[in-house]
This record gives sequence, structure tokens and C-alpha cells, in this order.
Amino acid sequence: MAGSIRTTIISHFEQVAAEQRHKLASLTDDRPLMESGLDSLAFAVVVARLEDALGCDPFSASDDAAFPVTFGDFVQMYEKMHENAA
Amino acid sequence: MPHSTSSLWESFNRGVPERGACLWASDSSIALSDLASGSALDSSLDAVRGRTVLVWASDQLAAGLALIEIDGLARRLVLCPPDLDPAHLPYVITTAEVDTIVTDWPTEMVRSFGVESIVRCERSIRSVLVERTPAHDTEWILFTSGTTGVPKMVVHTLSTLTGAIKRSGSLSGPVVWATFYDIRRYGGLQIFFRALLGGGSLVLSAPGEPPTAFLMRASRHVVTHITGTPSHWRRALMSSAARSASPAYVRLSGEIADQTVIDQLRATFPNANVAHAFASTEAGVAFEVTDGRAGFPTSFVGASVTGVDLKIENDTLRIRSSRTALRYLGNSTETLLDPEGFVDTGDVVEQRGERCYFIGRRGGIINVGGLKIHPEEVEAVINRHPDVRMSLVTARKNPITGAIVSADVVLTSDIERSLDSASVESTKSEILEACRGALPAHKVPATIRVVDSLQVSPSGKIGRRDA
Repeated sequence: MAGSIRTTIISHFEQVAAEQRHKLASLTDDRPLMESGLDSLAFAVVVARLEDALGCDPFSASDDAAFPVTFGDFVQMYEKMHENAA
Repeated sequence: MPHSTSSLWESFNRGVPERGACLWASDSSIALSDLASGSALDSSLDAVRGRTVLVWASDQLAAGLALIEIDGLARRLVLCPPDLDPAHLPYVITTAEVDTIVTDWPTEMVRSFGVESIVRCERSIRSVLVERTPAHDTEWILFTSGTTGVPKMVVHTLSTLTGAIKRSGSLSGPVVWATFYDIRRYGGLQIFFRALLGGGSLVLSAPGEPPTAFLMRASRHVVTHITGTPSHWRRALMSSAARSASPAYVRLSGEIADQTVIDQLRATFPNANVAHAFASTEAGVAFEVTDGRAGFPTSFVGASVTGVDLKIENDTLRIRSSRTALRYLGNSTETLLDPEGFVDTGDVVEQRGERCYFIGRRGGIINVGGLKIHPEEVEAVINRHPDVRMSLVTARKNPITGAIVSADVVLTSDIERSLDSASVESTKSEILEACRGALPAHKVPATIRVVDSLQVSPSGKIGRRDA
């Protein structure tokens, strides 16, 4: 399950980057999100679509959610959310 | 106000009623000339003479007949829209100083509001001697559209309400009007008056009647003039049955008429003049655009177009004319007219060269990370896709930008039936691609949902939360 969440997230990053003509960096776990190639609007779109795809939005779910710094943090947030929901 | 202008009944008789003008409801009809020697009210007309009358009817036909009878006799006429929440009636009664209720609701129920005089209105005319000599320029109190919560009322007179109506005799045969609107709201009331003053007939819509069914019923009465909102029309055009009507005149108002809906109507009704009009309960009928193009000529602004002055201030259209409402009723702190007599319509207008376009409502802006978007400008782009019948763009909460743009889309019925999920996805991609080609990135919907239908409010406007 955890693997499929990562796959889903990567495919949405790629999809939105392609739509908005952004050049996506390689999405390694230590890649800072600021350097992923997406701007804040593209992030906003990714988060909205992931909410539809995965049924959760970890940013809005908790008030104290620290904003993820790296791509790895980002994936972890969704994976944790999913574990808790399961 | 003492009597100086003609009453509705007098104006009707100055038209050409000998053509046998009728009001057609879905299940019955009334020959209006029967009011010369009869009444649809159950008591003498003295019961409304000089009074402040609330017309609160469940039935549109009964309400319409009551309006003809009451204008010119009552001091003030308060016209309840069909969906008025009875919980607001005590406020309305107090604010408008109502002393008489004309109604077809059960008398026991109406009595609970504590107004002593209750007159029953019917959807039929009984023969009785009537004396209709007018004594008042009746004040007409109308409810503004789209209000939620405490209703907002404005003051009109028959002359502000009928100021835009020209008696045209351009059609050789009988004129038959039809309107998707209920005649108890400004847009429908305009059409009711147009029918009456021109001696024509009117086909009334029935509650809950699908637009296509209404259109087919109107075409059985050989309708010549039809009016509705773009949302009414988009729904009516969902069925090829729309082509059964062959009107000479098709009119859009109440919402932004984008080029797509104008083109679709011209294609569906090749013999019709397709016009779109700007009107609101507060601002009255401002102008009509008949050149088949969305927006209106920039030359309308600043110049006085048939007695209507337009200006654009803080991006919104302001209107001054003898057809605007006179004031708000009640102790609202809001004033209707600015010091120069202009009404702020709240409709945002953008000038592009020789043309002005309606962009959206001032209150309806979506804020994406500080950038502002009018849902209507995005919908206009989406609606250009050939598979799209109508769309609704809304704000979706977002943790990154505060909000993002989201779209619900209704596909044309033939397309929808034949689409598997893969082709729905490819239609969605095409819509997004079109948006990306026409709009800056923040205006492009982040998500698109295909839905079976969109909610349309009782006044025929697409259901927006702010509206």
C-alpha cells in the first residue's frame, strides 16, 4: 500500500508538471520540495488531486502539520495519514 | 400616491386585447378580457382599494390575475416570490405595513400572521359587476433576487416597471410570450407586462417543470417570444425537442450570456432574433443587445442609450434611468442610489476596445494565493467545448494557496450516454487544455468533475453560494 501511495504521488507530480510546463527534478527522498520544479500553484493542484485520488488531505487534517521540507517528508505525510485511517 | 398614470388594466385595454389574449397555465387558461365583467378575487374590489396589499399565492396564474386587479386600486402592492420562506412574512408585513393579504393559501394558515383583512384569489374568473376606475399610482414592492436570509425589498411603480416596454407591432400574427421565469420575480414580471401591454398572450411555467417540457408546451401554443436565463436555455437545449419551437424572438437575461449560448440559440432557432438584455430588480431594464455578440458596445457607456446612463466605477456597472427602483424598503442602512442617482449593479465589467464584457459578480471572486478570479470567466471558456452543456466553477479550499479553482461540468446528453470512463477522462483533458490555452495558470481548474446536473435556483440562475 505504502508503495502505491508513493507511485500515485509521483504520477501526480509528473502530470501537473507536464500540464503547467514545469521541468520536474528527479524526485528522490532528500529532494527539497522547493527545488522539485513545481511552484506553489502547482503544489496546490497536486494536493487537491491527491485528495481526490487518496481520499485525504494531510495538510488540512491536522493543525500542527509542519510543512514538509523534502519530497520524502511529503510522501511520509500521506503514508502516515493512510496508516492512521486504516 | 394619487393617481396620475394608467393602471395595468387600462394599459391592457389600450393594447389589442380583441385578439383574445390569454394566460396559459399547464392545466388551464384564462381569457383576460373576462376581467371586464368579472373578478378572480372573492370579495368586492373595495377590499383592496387604498390598502397595502400583500400578494402571497401558491399559484402563479392566481397571482397574475390578482396583480391586474389590484394595480391602480391599492396604495401599495407587495409581491411575494414563489419561494418566499413564510418565516420571513412577519418581517415583510411589518416593514411594508401590510394591512391586507391576497392569497390562495388556506385562510386559517394566513390568519396566523395577524393581518385582519384576508382576500382570497382564484385561478378562475367569476362573473360579477366590477368598477376598475384607478385611484392610486400603486407602489410595487418587489423582492431582490438571490437574497438569502432576511428578504430585501425595493420600491417600484408601474411606470418604472414598464418604462422599457415599447409597443411594437412588428409581428403580423398574434404575439405569444413564454417565459421560464416566474412572473412574481422581476424578469418574469417584465414579460407579464410585455404580454399585457402588447395585447399578447403568455404561457406560464409550472413549478418543477423541466425546461424542455415547458418549451414543448409553449410551442403547442405557437410561442413567438421566449425569455429565460442562460441556465434555463442551456438546460432546455439539452434535448433536441427544443427545436419544436420556432420563435421569432429569443431573449436571455439574468446571467452573463456568453458567446457559446448565444451561438447555440442562433443555431437552434435560425429564424429568431436572439437578444440578451441587462436587467435587475434594483437597476431595472438597462439595455438590450441584438447584434448576436456577447457583451455590449463600449459606446453605451457614458452616452445616454434611450434614456439610460451607464458608468463603470470601481470595475462595476452603474445604471441611472427612470426604470430603476426608487429605494430600498425598510430601515436598511444601504442606499440604493448614489448621489448622482446611479444604482451599483455589482456586476464587474471589463472593457476590451470597442466592447464591454461582464466578468462576474463583485462578491463572487475566488482568491487563489492573492490572485483574483471570477468563476464566470472560467465557465465561459469551459462552455466553449462542444461536449459541454453547462458548468459551474467554484472555490475549493486549499492548504497551499487558500483556494483553488474547481469545475463541475455537465456534458451534452448525447455525448454523456455514449462515453465510457476513458473518453470522459479525455474530454476532461481537452477541457483543461482549452483552459490552459485561454487562461493564466491560476484560473485553470485544478480539478474537473463530470456531473449529471447542476443546481439552478428558483430564479433560474446557476446555484452560486454568494448569489
